[in-house]
Amino acid sequence: MAQRIDVKDLNVYYSSFKAVEGVSMAVDPRTVTAFIGPSGCGKSTFLRTLNRMHEVIPGGRVEGSVQLNGRDLYAKEVDPVAVRRTVGMVFQRPNPFPTMSIFDNVAAGLRLNGEKRKKVLAERVEKSLRGANLWNEVKDRLAKPGAGLSGGQQQRLCIARAIAVQPQVLLMDEPCSALDPISTMAVEDLINELKTEYTIVIVTHNMQQAARVSDRTAFFNLAATGKPGRLVEINDTDKIFSNPTEKATEDYISGRFG
Amino acid sequence: MSALTQDTLSPAPASPIDKPSAGRAIKDKLATVAVWTAFGIAIIPLVWILYTVVDRGANLLFDPHWWTNSQRGIVARVAGGGAYHAIIGTLLQAAVTAIIAVPIAVFTAIYLVEYGRGKLARTVSFMVDILTGIPSIVAALFIYAVWVTTFGLERVGFAVCLALVLLMIPVVVRSTEEMLKLVPNELREASYALGVPKWKTIFKIVLPTSFSGIVTGVLLGLARIMGETAPLLILGPYSKSINTDLFGGFMAALPTMINQDRVESYDPALNRVWAAALTLIVLVMVLNIAGRVIARRSKVSR
Repeated sequence: MAQRIDVKDLNVYYSSFKAVEGVSMAVDPRTVTAFIGPSGCGKSTFLRTLNRMHEVIPGGRVEGSVQLNGRDLYAKEVDPVAVRRTVGMVFQRPNPFPTMSIFDNVAAGLRLNGEKRKKVLAERVEKSLRGANLWNEVKDRLAKPGAGLSGGQQQRLCIARAIAVQPQVLLMDEPCSALDPISTMAVEDLINELKTEYTIVIVTHNMQQAARVSDRTAFFNLAATGKPGRLVEINDTDKIFSNPTEKATEDYISGRFG
Repeated sequence: MSALTQDTLSPAPASPIDKPSAGRAIKDKLATVAVWTAFGIAIIPLVWILYTVVDRGANLLFDPHWWTNSQRGIVARVAGGGAYHAIIGTLLQAAVTAIIAVPIAVFTAIYLVEYGRGKLARTVSFMVDILTGIPSIVAALFIYAVWVTTFGLERVGFAVCLALVLLMIPVVVRSTEEMLKLVPNELREASYALGVPKWKTIFKIVLPTSFSGIVTGVLLGLARIMGETAPLLILGPYSKSINTDLFGGFMAALPTMINQDRVESYDPALNRVWAAALTLIVLVMVLNIAGRVIARRSKVSR
């Protein structure tokens, strides 16, 4: 199921502004890779290029290549909609669909892609909610609106919604930044379980979180405001946090800036 | 002891958390008075109109004949008859207008909010602004020029509908646009991230989320066109008989019924004028309430 990602010389633009420059990296299947770095260094922007969400923003475009198991996501004949079915995404703020019940939220991706069989939907919803560690909390109120859950539950609902379409890769853009410590722990436990099945890439501002959940860590930085962000180094998480190669990485993780 | 008495008697030293200063208290009072006065002045005509219309028109509305009979064969000095012919005319014309105008307006708003970029979108938006400012009599004369002068057709109910469509579209476009803009972008992105195509995202996520707001906008548009008189005067002459054919013969409507008898000096006719005015107000109100109920029931059951 899980697939590997290879990025080569990727430049990311907002219209004429170059936001991220020259990123190359490889992400192995069934691993968690964390992106850390100061605000505005382009880590979220780069993350959104991995499922072609970046081009949803007017003027958003990229140069270079992103390969999923050897297939270029930005090749001419590739349909961005199909890419997003393969590479799912969880956002910074929980965003359940407000008009839908808990069940409908999780089933949304399947239904909107044409799945109508009730039995299939019910099975997949239960499996996804169990996968997101939410089933026991909501199984008696699946018909209630998703927006009525707590923030942490809503975020796990969004994760259930993302895994319900059975993606190969799961991107998470600061999934815990709007959550309290208990909910954060629940989501982190969940990430540890999900990595047995998915390739996970997570952007986080919380370095302890990166240290706790990830196998590999990538440090992004930018030379100055207005300059494009760059990938400074990517390595095993242990190595990054104990003995980084670059001085900038060491300065950042030891709290000297950022 | 002496210190205590002194403390309670002498004025406390000025402290920022004490009562607001005299100047601010006065300003606060002045602002309060100004706001309430403005509100009172604004509400006077409204209450006055409602009171007069209810006072003079209500008794006819309790007569069942009012809702079932037309004015056929009834002259100004005779009491009796009803407004059925005008009510059915107004409702039919409003319904047909809405059926034509709402899809055009909603699709225009979707284009402007979800797709429109650059020159074309700016032009469309500008045109909608111009359409908003068109006086109803100009819209009516335009349709007259097309329908009667150019095509040589008769003045019928449907021609009135076409003029009303021109007046309703900009109202619904603008309100729908506002409602679509209120839908958070995060919901669209959440849908895209599930691999849902854009058009499906718009129809299954964006429109349902803003549905109640769109309904409210449609109702505001309907309320506006139901009381519109100029198109009726030019394209839909009054008739005392029931006519439900939008393509043949003159068709009554409440505004023309009011206009028809307003110059009469006989009381029965004048009573019918007030009653017709109240009927129009009641119809608009009922539509508003119905729309709100529909909008509320469309949401998920809590």
